[in-house]
Amino acid sequence: MGWFKRSKQNISPDSIKTDIPDGQWIKCNSCGEIIHIKQLELNHWVCLKCDYHFRIGSEEYIALLFDKGSFKEYDKKMKSGDPLEFTDTKKYNDRINATIKKTGLYDAVRTGIGKINDIKVSFACMDFKFIGGSMGSVVGEKIARAIDRAYEQKIPLIIISQSGGARMMEGAFSLMQMAKTSTRLARLDEAKIPYISIMTDPTTGGTTASYAMLGDFNLAEPKALIGFAGPRVIKQTIGKDLPEGFQKSEFVEEHGFIDFIVHRKELKQKLTKLIDLVS
Amino acid sequence: MANNILDFEKPIIELEKKIEEMRKYEDNLDINDEIKNLEEKVTKLKNSVYENLTRWQRVQLARHPERPYTLDYIYMMTDEFIELHGDRYYKDDKAIVGGFTKMDDEKVMIIGHQKGRDTKSNLYRNFGMPNPEGYRKALRLMKLAEKFNKPVITLLDTPGAFPGLEAEENGQAEAIARNLFEMARLQVPIIVVVIGEGASGGALGIGVGNTVMMLQNTWYSVISPESCSSILWRSWDYKEQAAEALKLTAPDLLEQGIIDKIIPEPIGGAHRDHKKIAAALKTELLAEIAVLKKMKPEKLVQHRLEKFGKMGIYNE
Ligand SMILES: [Zn+2]
Repeated sequence: MGWFKRSKQNISPDSIKTDIPDGQWIKCNSCGEIIHIKQLELNHWVCLKCDYHFRIGSEEYIALLFDKGSFKEYDKKMKSGDPLEFTDTKKYNDRINATIKKTGLYDAVRTGIGKINDIKVSFACMDFKFIGGSMGSVVGEKIARAIDRAYEQKIPLIIISQSGGARMMEGAFSLMQMAKTSTRLARLDEAKIPYISIMTDPTTGGTTASYAMLGDFNLAEPKALIGFAGPRVIKQTIGKDLPEGFQKSEFVEEHGFIDFIVHRKELKQKLTKLIDLVS
Repeated sequence: MANNILDFEKPIIELEKKIEEMRKYEDNLDINDEIKNLEEKVTKLKNSVYENLTRWQRVQLARHPERPYTLDYIYMMTDEFIELHGDRYYKDDKAIVGGFTKMDDEKVMIIGHQKGRDTKSNLYRNFGMPNPEGYRKALRLMKLAEKFNKPVITLLDTPGAFPGLEAEENGQAEAIARNLFEMARLQVPIIVVVIGEGASGGALGIGVGNTVMMLQNTWYSVISPESCSSILWRSWDYKEQAAEALKLTAPDLLEQGIIDKIIPEPIGGAHRDHKKIAAALKTELLAEIAVLKKMKPEKLVQHRLEKFGKMGIYNE
């Protein structure tokens, strides 16, 4: 459960219940409200007071979307091959192994097939906590296979993106995952199979510039950062402060690149309806 | 010219100048011998310098301001070029150029990034950094080529897609993604050549082809060495290390199986002999067109799917 910020020191005395162990309370990043973890889970990891969507991972999304026990994961243990034997301040290989140990994940995406209100779908969900949700060879290959499962079984495809972009440590290999996934999506499109892309906070770089923006339906969670270049780089380039709300879901929707923003509470129902309308 | 000499070019260019000076007194036999000596020395020096370039030095050559750019190649390789402008939605992006033209007897569509050669033209060309309308113009031209059954050639040379405010508003990410998607299923041959800098999605946005080649002194990767240095080393000072780590040169990419072929440059780099590199590129392009023209549209599409499908290294 490393996805939220524990904030013991910010908890006001009156909100601490002595019978509750440490780390059971979470502070909202947006409004500062202190919420009990069970309450938050029941509310789909959305702040009860201000609707802030806490960043959650594949595990939570699978629980949120899929009918109990229906999700079957594929290629779970596919692992990066470190194609460049890359070293910066650390060896990439060590970074991978440490991240696997820390997160229990093998890379930044999980894929599989499951049922959403009895509708069978091929599914991929990224995890930001695995090296910033970066897209390398494993992410590209697993997404490509998820697309192929949708293609072969003629079932809808849903991809939840949560990624800082391509994984630098795989150089041109990571860049080519953009082409790999997009060429596969073109084939899926020819077969007239629906693809729903859901962008969550953050979706930037090569991920946005490939499969995340290529949905028949592009959805986003509220207030997620969505863009190509990161805000820091843009600020440097133009030498000015960025306008309020720049690159947020609402901004991207306003500019015509998202079909609609969906509250996490309604995600499962919205997906069910949307798929039904085009079946 | 004097301003554009790279550090490792200096000793060579100084020697060459010296030879040129001495040529003025060529009648003198003694000097003739000395010229011959110096010429041998230059050749040896060139060989040792250019055979042992570091990756960072190659990046510098790829960015050399006297290298030929897309329009130079078009004018040197083809006749009857008609440039086509605009994306039909919003604007004409000057950082991407393209149009129909004729290379010997082959009618082709050529599209490429376009840099400027001085401050003024660089501002006009936005330093070869396209906005979404550039990618959308490129796609429009590719669809035209498809309609009239002409092969598409794209020439890659960009420091990246432009990271600006309007670029984001107008969907930079969507524009690039759309191109990857549509290039995948284009019904005519696509030949891609990196002629300078192949920086990330900004390059790949016109880079999905049946054949992908690189000129010898170019680079192609997911990020520039400078940006990689600033992110991973948290400092701009590790660009040499970053270039080494990224393995971003033409020989690297050939070994990685990401490109099909390296086109050798004149010794010293493409900027030392524009005509020669243009002729070499033209020969390669014509040869590729001859091969790809024989493939049926659905085969071309399948070929691209399989080609990019194979890229990636992972353990199961
Ligand atoms: Zn809140």
